[in-house]
Amino acid sequence: MVLRKSLADLSYPRVRVLDVSAAEPLIAAHGLVKRFGDFTAVAGIDVDVRAGEAFGFLGPNGAGKSSTMRMIGCVSAPSGGTLRILGMDPVRDGPAIRARLGVCPQQDSLDQDITVRENLTVYARYFGISRRQARQRADELLEFVQLTERANDKVEPLSGGMKRRLTIARALVNDPAIVLLDEPTTGLDPQARHLVWERLFQLKQRGVTLVLTTHYMDEAEQLCDRLVVMDGGRIGAEGSPRQLIERYATREVVELRFSDATLDSYLGKLEGIGERLELLPDRILLYADDGDLAVAAVHERQLRPSSVLVRRSTLEDVFLHLTGRTLVD
Amino acid sequence: MAHPTYAVFEHQLVSYRRVWRGSVLSSFLLPVLFLLAMGLTVGGYVDRGGGLGVRYLDFIAPGLLASTALQVAAGEATWPVHAGFVWHRMYHGMRATPVRIPDMVRGHIMYILLRVALSAVGFLVVMALFGAVHSAWAPAALPVAVLVGLATAAPIFAYSATISTDGMFAVLFRFAVVPMTLFAGVFFPVDSLPLAARALAYVSPLWHGVELTRAATLGTPTAWGGWAHVSFLVMWSVAGYLLAVHRFSRRLAD
Repeated sequence: MVLRKSLADLSYPRVRVLDVSAAEPLIAAHGLVKRFGDFTAVAGIDVDVRAGEAFGFLGPNGAGKSSTMRMIGCVSAPSGGTLRILGMDPVRDGPAIRARLGVCPQQDSLDQDITVRENLTVYARYFGISRRQARQRADELLEFVQLTERANDKVEPLSGGMKRRLTIARALVNDPAIVLLDEPTTGLDPQARHLVWERLFQLKQRGVTLVLTTHYMDEAEQLCDRLVVMDGGRIGAEGSPRQLIERYATREVVELRFSDATLDSYLGKLEGIGERLELLPDRILLYADDGDLAVAAVHERQLRPSSVLVRRSTLEDVFLHLTGRTLVD
Repeated sequence: MAHPTYAVFEHQLVSYRRVWRGSVLSSFLLPVLFLLAMGLTVGGYVDRGGGLGVRYLDFIAPGLLASTALQVAAGEATWPVHAGFVWHRMYHGMRATPVRIPDMVRGHIMYILLRVALSAVGFLVVMALFGAVHSAWAPAALPVAVLVGLATAAPIFAYSATISTDGMFAVLFRFAVVPMTLFAGVFFPVDSLPLAARALAYVSPLWHGVELTRAATLGTPTAWGGWAHVSFLVMWSVAGYLLAVHRFSRRLAD
């Protein structure tokens, strides 16, 4: 997809004037906890998000990502710990904070009975934006998410990708200081995902602070400057995608499959090649800084894998290492 | 800057703009059908007995007006509210904005009251055409209809925000809306009911609305005096509103 509209066309101020000092993070969570009855969804996390950052929560379903996002979005009160957003208290100053957030929820909450443009203008009014400004803003944003041609159509027949783009446009209607995106591309086909990523990347370049959750490794690698890996309500690791890969994986990974069923019998035979081995139900992962060298070593030991794949390591490998299991939806 | 309550109201108007023609047409058509079928046809038989003191058409028309307010309010405060939580999740969308929960309830109810008022105007015009208006107080039936709408929509909002499946609306209609419509004095005076049933009619918001509407279009006194009936409707409205805000808060928390 080629970007048709230059960014300068959008009336976004490049520099955001915030009433918090530059040093103070936009989002500061310390020992943040969320409980639902006996169940602890978020078990004490520390997170700081600074202005202009693209910050990600990575983890499987049930990791506590969405609960964290809902607390940051001021729609769910923390059960413990402290949370400050834009220097304010989410419980006391909910409406004032929400006025400056843009939220793209996991489940669409568009009005199916009105048009695409009306969804934006109506939503703009919730932020106290004048009708005239709302119309102008809606047109700019429709252009930005490439929905101008559908402006007067109803929402209901739109594809999943279009609805998601409309939801993202809606989240930008108040020119937010922070945009929260809860699994922005879940359920979208590859083309639609890439279009969404492209738009989010542009927002990021423009200096908009993005906070997103995802269980897609490639999404986190593409968009996040910094991320935390969550599992079971806790943060397992924190850093830039590159840092995490360097810390918890090797540069390359060799995926080995063997045609006979007893994979674990190969573990001993592979011992000593590369830095670490990981046994999965269908394959063995061999972590090594030089994949080709490792493959040569495998062949030297007279082992005949049915398939060999050398690839760069990804956050998926980091996740696997941290949690000891593959990422399941 | 427009008040957030008004922004919620405006959102509803944007949707209504798509269907208003049909809804206005039916707000004239339905009273015509009702007054023809019940007022004139059934009335032809009832009036032979002469037990009411007035023509059956004149008796039933204000009752049906109040009942229409209930029907419109009940229709608009059930499925659309459920949709806002479960299907379209409109309220969840609003929750992410500076709009507060009382704004959501008030803005949406304001819209419903507009719908009730439009229907009531249609009904009153048709009544006049049928010659069923006998008092200069008749326009007072409009604010009464709106108050009936509020006194029923508000508690139904609380109900709609509480239930988890829309199947529970059948219970609401079967045990509240339909019995109220049948036994709250719309079709016959509640005096002819056994005491227990009469007590239920007295508790229902509709009976008070029927009493007031009938007084307005016939120019006759009400059973308990105008202010008593108005107070009763206000009580239902306030209690229903507070409960609705409470249930909305519960539903949208966490």
